[in-house]
Amino acid sequence: MNSIRTTFALAVLAGLVLVTPFRVARAGNAVSLPQAAAKPCGTVTVAAASDLTYAMNEIAANFEKATGCTVRLSMGSSGNFLTQIENGAPFDAFFSADIAYPKKLEDEGLAAPGTTYLYAIGKIVLWTRKDSRVDVSKGFSALRDPAVQKIAIANPEHAPYGRAAEEALRQSGVYKVVKDRLVLGENISQTAEFVESGNADAGIVALSLVLSPAMKDKGRAWNIPENLYTPIQQGAVVVRAAANPQGALQFLNYIKMPATAALLERYGFVLPGKVSTAGKP
Amino acid sequence: MNWQAIALSLKLAVCVAGILLAVGLPIAYWVTFSRWRWKFLVEAIVALPLVLPPTVLGYYILVGLGPRHFAGRVWQAWFGHTLPFTFSGLLVASVLYSLPFAVQPISAGFEGVDRRLIEASWTLGASRLATFFRVILPLSTAGAVTGIVLSFAHTIGEFGVVLMVGGNIPGVTRTVSIDIYDQVQAANYDVANRTALVLLLFSFVVLTAIYGTNRRALSLWRRS
Repeated sequence: MNSIRTTFALAVLAGLVLVTPFRVARAGNAVSLPQAAAKPCGTVTVAAASDLTYAMNEIAANFEKATGCTVRLSMGSSGNFLTQIENGAPFDAFFSADIAYPKKLEDEGLAAPGTTYLYAIGKIVLWTRKDSRVDVSKGFSALRDPAVQKIAIANPEHAPYGRAAEEALRQSGVYKVVKDRLVLGENISQTAEFVESGNADAGIVALSLVLSPAMKDKGRAWNIPENLYTPIQQGAVVVRAAANPQGALQFLNYIKMPATAALLERYGFVLPGKVSTAGKP
Repeated sequence: MNWQAIALSLKLAVCVAGILLAVGLPIAYWVTFSRWRWKFLVEAIVALPLVLPPTVLGYYILVGLGPRHFAGRVWQAWFGHTLPFTFSGLLVASVLYSLPFAVQPISAGFEGVDRRLIEASWTLGASRLATFFRVILPLSTAGAVTGIVLSFAHTIGEFGVVLMVGGNIPGVTRTVSIDIYDQVQAANYDVANRTALVLLLFSFVVLTAIYGTNRRALSLWRRS
């Protein structure tokens, strides 16, 4: 028996060893095809808040095409990334959903000084599945219906979008009514997933997720009035311990370009320069 | 420190250990003594959670048992709610997830019982049930205790499934491991530190207690 097992294990190992070089070689080919004149900057490792999930994939693909660099994206909760970077995570750039986190890193000397950049202002919407009986066009008052059993928001303790959601619920006076029906997503993507899977009847999610091609036709949204919550100022920064600071800076500059800004706008983000008009029709 | 989360985790673990004692004994008995030729299939299914990532189980509970799928709708019709975001949801997930931790040591305990004693009991006219409770179980308490304590401890330490299907509701699904995760994310290292230390000590004490008092069970566990 044992010898059979050993032989099997060896066979598997041998298979892995044989396959690996080919995979590496393929990846190598993909990298060595720069499309534009800009000097290639190797691999940029980016941590981005999960409200950027779809937008960032598109931006990264465009950036790769334009520069020949490779972007390695990690999506997750801003609070988690902050903790990880404080503890030496190997990210080059950090796109937070809350500008307070990049600022904090800069204050702690963990970010490249002066690189914090306000790249967008996020918006929240009340969202429900298309086949749901909840009429979100009535706004928050739709949540007073006891048939709405579960309402998903991101965890207000550490997710910027959760904080905004809780604030908006409080401001509009429905918080006490819905408090016991709240379920908390670990980040805004998970919150959207709770609603999308039908496990929560409604949720407060990022407009950027709802406008993404993957979610666009799946539900109905109600724009939460912007006077109900503090603007979600989203900031990015170059991490001081970046393995590729040059690439990180290049990526950050790419975010500032008009074409990328337009893309962010398409995903429902308000651009920093246009803050004053936000919320007005 | 979040005592509510600690209390919730304890409650969950006690319920899981209780259910697994009731369910684990017959399964372990069957796995140990059955001569069915396809028995290995059942053994593989029981052992699945040892290999499966919690995300797989979490995914099936969230989506497969969600209101958009048949199984989820049946559940909803019977119990009035779907599994995710409820204590019963965590209970179902934890029982499945800790099943091998109960069944394997219990089964190893049964295997250690001298077959001749069991057969002697039968020939003396004791029913299978009586033999089980008066011969097999008393001779394999070490394995049973190990199984129950391990499933209790494993439930306290559960994280991935709860993160995926719990919805982090205080007092309902915010277990102590989730609480620590939250505190770390919110950079409340002091609180995280204290709770983590309590859990570390708890786990150490539990395992010391098992291995210290139950050396026989340990050797059986290794043999399985």
